[in-house]
Amino acid sequence: MLNKTSPVYKFGFQILAIVGALIFTTVVMLLAKAPPLEAYRLIVIGSVGSVGKISDVIVAWIPLLLATSGLLLTFAAGLWNIGIEGQITLGAIFTTLALRLLQDSALSPALIIIIGFLSGILGGMIWASLTGLLKIYGGVNEIFGGLGLNFVATALTIWLIFGPWKRPGVGSMSGTVPFDNLLWLPQVEGLRMSWWSLGIGLIGIVVVFLILQGTYFGLRLKAVGKNGRAAFIIGIPTGKYMMSAFFICGAFAGLAGATQVLAVYHRLIPSISSGYGFLGLMVAMLINYQALWAAPVALFFAALNIGSIQLPIVLKLDSTLSGVLQGALVLFVLMMDGVRRRLTAKKVN
Amino acid sequence: MKRLWFFASLMLVAVMLLAACKPAAPTATDVPAAPAATDVPAAPAATDVPAPAEFIFGMLLVGPYNDHGYSQAHYEGGLYVEENLPGAKMIYIDKVNSADRPGTTPAQLAEDLVSKGAKLIIFNSDDMKDSAVEFAQAHPDVATIHASGDTSWKDGMNYVDMPLFGNSFGRMEYGKMIAGCAAALTTKSGQVGYLGPLINDETRRLASSAFLGAKYCFENYAGKSAADLKFKVTWIGFWFNIPGFTSDPTQVADDFLNSGYDVVISGIDTTEGLVQAGKAKAAGKDAWAVPYDYVAACEEGKDVCLGVPYFNWGPVYLKQAQAVKDGAFASYFEWLAPDWTDINNKDTSPVGFQKGAALSAEAATSLDAFIAELAGGLNLWTGPLNLQDGSAYLADGEVGTDVQVWYLPQLLEGMEGQSVSAQ
Repeated sequence: MLNKTSPVYKFGFQILAIVGALIFTTVVMLLAKAPPLEAYRLIVIGSVGSVGKISDVIVAWIPLLLATSGLLLTFAAGLWNIGIEGQITLGAIFTTLALRLLQDSALSPALIIIIGFLSGILGGMIWASLTGLLKIYGGVNEIFGGLGLNFVATALTIWLIFGPWKRPGVGSMSGTVPFDNLLWLPQVEGLRMSWWSLGIGLIGIVVVFLILQGTYFGLRLKAVGKNGRAAFIIGIPTGKYMMSAFFICGAFAGLAGATQVLAVYHRLIPSISSGYGFLGLMVAMLINYQALWAAPVALFFAALNIGSIQLPIVLKLDSTLSGVLQGALVLFVLMMDGVRRRLTAKKVN
Repeated sequence: MKRLWFFASLMLVAVMLLAACKPAAPTATDVPAAPAATDVPAAPAATDVPAPAEFIFGMLLVGPYNDHGYSQAHYEGGLYVEENLPGAKMIYIDKVNSADRPGTTPAQLAEDLVSKGAKLIIFNSDDMKDSAVEFAQAHPDVATIHASGDTSWKDGMNYVDMPLFGNSFGRMEYGKMIAGCAAALTTKSGQVGYLGPLINDETRRLASSAFLGAKYCFENYAGKSAADLKFKVTWIGFWFNIPGFTSDPTQVADDFLNSGYDVVISGIDTTEGLVQAGKAKAAGKDAWAVPYDYVAACEEGKDVCLGVPYFNWGPVYLKQAQAVKDGAFASYFEWLAPDWTDINNKDTSPVGFQKGAALSAEAATSLDAFIAELAGGLNLWTGPLNLQDGSAYLADGEVGTDVQVWYLPQLLEGMEGQSVSAQ
């Protein structure tokens, strides 16, 4: 007999959530007078229909995976790190700064790229630590602090692009002057993806998985997240642990920003974070903060993003439809989880 | 127990639902093979048919396809090609900018268009320059046009040698001169405001063209002294309003209208100048405006609109699409003057000026005379002309070359406003 706490029971609810999200999205499309099957078909072709497409999906997957990885740690500590967008942006700014300072130096391109990555990590950590300090010492909820810092990060980017870092004679929404090809992370011939960034993304999630599953630090972090007061009473310095979570998440976000500069855009552009921070929050919620699922679900979201570009081309539909599906998935999963918990709780009563 | 059964049946329903949805899955899974199989052969198959062979061209638009401005002008140019080139079919992606399409680059989107069979790719914005070049270098076999750019101009400062890469742009300088003239013929206060976007070569020369036209008509048609004409440029910082970064164009237009400037000429992609002039007029002030880019732009404020200088991309792109179809497309640079026999001929003139309802009959007559003078060879880019800081630009009688005009380094003497963006 099915036990209400059994994984099968839980899985059933998740399937229901997915079905619900699909039905919801289909209804939205029908309301928009769009052919749903054709739209789904196009998204599939647009994401896995050719080697080039798969490579583009991977390009989008890596920063998303890095952002999700970082968020798993802040979520574990019970923190809503909405400020991750700003942390990605600051990572990109620091990487750009490092490259600008060093591009004319005698250092080897490989070394400059490495310094670029490290600078990005530093930038993300600094920005995340601001949210952390505001939270722990200023009593500012991390959601508000992070949101505010996101705005500051965007303003800073635009100021740099149209101000001190503008192209000769003219500021342009297309960003700063692109870096020399030598400072690009090496790409696979004829494709936009890079084995190096793929490696970084995969190592990132493995590291987070190990931290959360196999270390004392991870265990205590989860204790802080589950019940901060109790954790404090049994002697865990909760503030220190929250701060560490912010630092590590900021490092991952900064790395994502560095990847955007070194492997994707090769310059600083106005919306360099590409919304991967917010998308990462959705992925983390969808997988119920289980690191094991981060890679496949982030890949699925990246595929939706890339595949949906076909919609405006072929069906003249807005490609934000993929966002509807992504949002619906998260909502339905959370909702079904809530329903399940309620029913389980009743049974216990 | 009862509840368990309830959930068992719920699961069953779910499974059935999934099964019901299943037909979607096979279609979807069949498909990965399909793109290779059906999408690509579609074109060759079509060529076998005696009917006009399908010719797909792709366009990347920086703004929405229906923006009543720059992007819509391009989009309608594409529709014109579809109408006039047998078998032609346009595919496009609009809102191609990093804010609206995060995580993509124009080059990547261009490849999407190519994978849908496009044989010609048009990048419509100055902001896509890097991507257009990147794409063309990665795909030397695909015909590529970058509107407004100078990359394929051998005499230009940014030449890159690419076999199938072209630049097209209309000589909007003439449109702006006509706009300036209409403003000068109408202003009562003798003060004309120019709502500028960001500062670059193109925007400097267009604002200066408006000034030259205004000055000429103020003296020669309105019979006033050029010294009494005030012409001020205020740059907002970008082609449209980005709250928090650019100056608010609504505010800038209001500032003009509240400080004695009674005509606002727009150099930006959106219609704030026109809208605010309409409000000022409703409040009892003298106020007129000249919008930009799109032939029907006056519609948002007919009673204050003096007319609109606009781009007509149809014939421009038709010629190039035909060349690509015939296999005759090669690298080119063209900077196209209006068809002076009729600047509003939609089949021949790349640049036009549509008069607005607020232009008086008298002013319209003078404006026609001015246009006839331009058609007859009047070139306002003739010396003596000084730059804004007083340094010599063109000596007496010297006619500005294309290079001198395209890369105008400052605004002209007599214009108020910033010449170079702050360092």
